Amino acid sequence: MAVKTEAIGKTYPAVLYAVGREKIREYAYAVGETNPLYLDVDAARAAGYADVVAPPMFAVVYSGRAVTPALFDPEVGINFANMLHAGQEFAWGPLVVAGDEITTTTEVKSISERGGMEFYEFETVSRNDRDETVCTGTWRQIVRGGGSS
Amino acid sequence: MSLAAGDPLELKVTPDPYVTVRYAGASGDFNPIHIDEDFAKQVGLPGRILHGLWTMAQVARAHTDAAGGPEGLKRLSVQFRGMGRMGEEIVVTGTVREVGDGIAVVDSQAEQAGSRLIRNAVAEIAVS
Repeated sequence: MAVKTEAIGKTYPAVLYAVGREKIREYAYAVGETNPLYLDVDAARAAGYADVVAPPMFAVVYSGRAVTPALFDPEVGINFANMLHAGQEFAWGPLVVAGDEITTTTEVKSISERGGMEFYEFETVSRNDRDETVCTGTWRQIVRGGGSS
Repeated sequence: MSLAAGDPLELKVTPDPYVTVRYAGASGDFNPIHIDEDFAKQVGLPGRILHGLWTMAQVARAHTDAAGGPEGLKRLSVQFRGMGRMGEEIVVTGTVREVGDGIAVVDSQAEQAGSRLIRNAVAEIAVS
């Protein structure tokens, strides 16, 4: 199969995510977090934060919905039946707290083919409403070739 | 908080049968391979599997617990491998590789029943 590389460098419309207190709590419970900074407003305020703090991996919530249109973009051409999430990287800046509004942009960083496998890499950059970069995400997908599913 | 080269890091967690349902709702990832037993089997899986990003969140939690909170975790990079299942203990283990310029570099992995779910994880934690 021939991999399409025209989409390298393509960007997608920015996605705005409003961070809610109960969404942070829901996420924290789902991943087993017990740190009161994530769950208890008083504890978060006593530690100097405006509201409950989002666990770092909450980045998947605000940036995940920004990367999805790129994964489904026909110009990128991912065959979902054979796709694997191969790797993930996040680099964090200031912590996100409830009440923040996070804007995330997505770019197709690379598309390549090697040994019958296709490699796709996407980058998300998320900024808060104070224009601080709170998270840069690198999303690596592999598509197994040869129509084996 | 202080970390020194060679310091170990460990976290153990046993995912209950409904963890993927809660995580689907919390994360927005409703891929049926995680929440629908019949669908998962139809596509050749042994049954519903864990979300890789949930397992990555356990790796992240091992680091923020070791660091005393979320403030210090500046970077985490992982490779996903085996499929995680509910009901079997997952063990995250790591070691501080080096500390310099206010950053501790930590190597880690996540294992379940002898199969690695996450390998070559590398984290950077700010230390004072």
